[in-house]
Amino acid sequence: MSALVIAEHDNKTLNEATARTVTAAAAISAPVHVLVAGENCAAVADAAAKIAGVEKVLLADNPLYAKQLAETMETLILSIAAPYDAILAPATTSGKNYLPRVAAKLDVPQISEIIAVIAPDTFERPIFAGNAVETLQVPAGKKIITVRTTAFKPAASGGGAAVEKIAAAADPGLSSFVGENLSKSERPELTSAKIVISGGRGLGSAENFHLLDKIADRLGAAVGASRAAVDAGYVPNDFQVGQTGKAVAPELYLAIGISGAIQHLAGMKDSRVIAAINKDPEAPIFQVADFGLVEDLFKAIPELNDELEKRGLGQKA
Amino acid sequence: MKVLVPVKRVVDFNVKVRVKADQSGVNLANVKMSMNPFDEIAVEAAVKLKESGKASEIVIVSIGPSQAQDTIRTALAMGGDRGILVKADAPIEPLAVAKLLAAICGEEKPGLVLCGKQAIDSDANQTGQMLAALLGWGQATFAHSLELGDGTAKVAREIDGGLQTVAVKLPAVVTTDLRLNQPRYASLPNIMKAKKKPIAEKTPAELGVDISPRFKVLKVAEPKTRAAGVKVKTVSELVDKLVEAGVLK
Repeated sequence: MSALVIAEHDNKTLNEATARTVTAAAAISAPVHVLVAGENCAAVADAAAKIAGVEKVLLADNPLYAKQLAETMETLILSIAAPYDAILAPATTSGKNYLPRVAAKLDVPQISEIIAVIAPDTFERPIFAGNAVETLQVPAGKKIITVRTTAFKPAASGGGAAVEKIAAAADPGLSSFVGENLSKSERPELTSAKIVISGGRGLGSAENFHLLDKIADRLGAAVGASRAAVDAGYVPNDFQVGQTGKAVAPELYLAIGISGAIQHLAGMKDSRVIAAINKDPEAPIFQVADFGLVEDLFKAIPELNDELEKRGLGQKA
Repeated sequence: MKVLVPVKRVVDFNVKVRVKADQSGVNLANVKMSMNPFDEIAVEAAVKLKESGKASEIVIVSIGPSQAQDTIRTALAMGGDRGILVKADAPIEPLAVAKLLAAICGEEKPGLVLCGKQAIDSDANQTGQMLAALLGWGQATFAHSLELGDGTAKVAREIDGGLQTVAVKLPAVVTTDLRLNQPRYASLPNIMKAKKKPIAEKTPAELGVDISPRFKVLKVAEPKTRAAGVKVKTVSELVDKLVEAGVLK
């Protein structure tokens, strides 16, 4: 009995989603092993070895895995899958990309985006954009699972697992990496930030979206957006919070000029505190907001910034 | 090149579904049904390929009850050439859907399968990837742009950090994300024409696929609801509340 967690990382840093997935894995089966697949990623393996509850880290360090392409990840995971009774990946765009291939090849159904482990064979997951939660019992045999990481606390650090190098698997030669255009930001990542400040179509333009920057920088917050704002081209796709974007659950979610379509609420309603500023008093966002302010955002944003400054709030030391 | 586009009939994205009182599922009686929005994007992408001379034929496939015919007709009105309905009345899990589609791909031999990245009912985000694996094909999920070259497809993908471009050998499965295109509305003449386009019917048994569910749904419940909070009158009051709640320091 053991579980395998596939690590999320960028070859340099281990993403916190991994430690959260370890928490879910440990509730299903123990001990937990972590697979780090990447290129020149020994530091990531060392970080994974420090997660409490991890017994062993498997390191596949090979150019084949530099970008974790789905087809190469599939053959690698299959090459080591046999002993594990559960294989889990965070429900990131990376985990969602490769894990269903593994499930299909093993002829095992996949359980997507679990939000709770009720029993080692019983899980909760949101359906219909989070308007319902289904409880699924899965048959005996291997379990293939992606994890909505905001629903699980990260496993503590302090472990000292061994790192074992493993060989690369066959290259299926089906796809290749061409290039990438990644958003560069000094701010924390959306899915792990303690404070998220999100803007919607109410901001009106890409230029106006930058009005959020000052407050975000002051609070050390990540900046997110509604689908409407992304579709309108104000910000890139990776800002999108919602059913088909990212699920976030920060301490504070500050929604500015966001009406609150159900698809957006699906991605943020597990935040601890939600505050909303919108000039429309009927906006659905107010139905989930702990604190709502009906106000024109172009008046409210500078006021908020001044107020935070006046009180010395959020100033990073 | 033949393009195959699977489409799913789902609850319309504007409908807020209600959980049944006995927690056996969600209430689908008298609820508006539509084509899964991501699948509409896939149909549009296929029609664009045909218009640019890169695709020769578009085959629309749906797996579901007889009403899924309507979903196929919608896709045919957008520009699909013919349809295949695999009749199945009970909900089918993604792995079984992928197996059915793999069997159809075996018969049809498309050069490309274009499908939505997820259906907005089960939100599983699995079928395209599973289909690619079962066929031994490459995949490009969450497509933001799609360019067909000689024997390959170049696809920019929406990933957590931004955009990633991959080249995938054809045949392949490409799953669509929101920004790939804006699906067209079918014109009235095209809707009329679509009524004459052929739809073949098949059964899972004919395709040799066991579709019995593997999961047991123990219950379907309402999510934890959040009560609406309080309205504040000023920014200053808002900041007071956030400090009190311990989220601003």
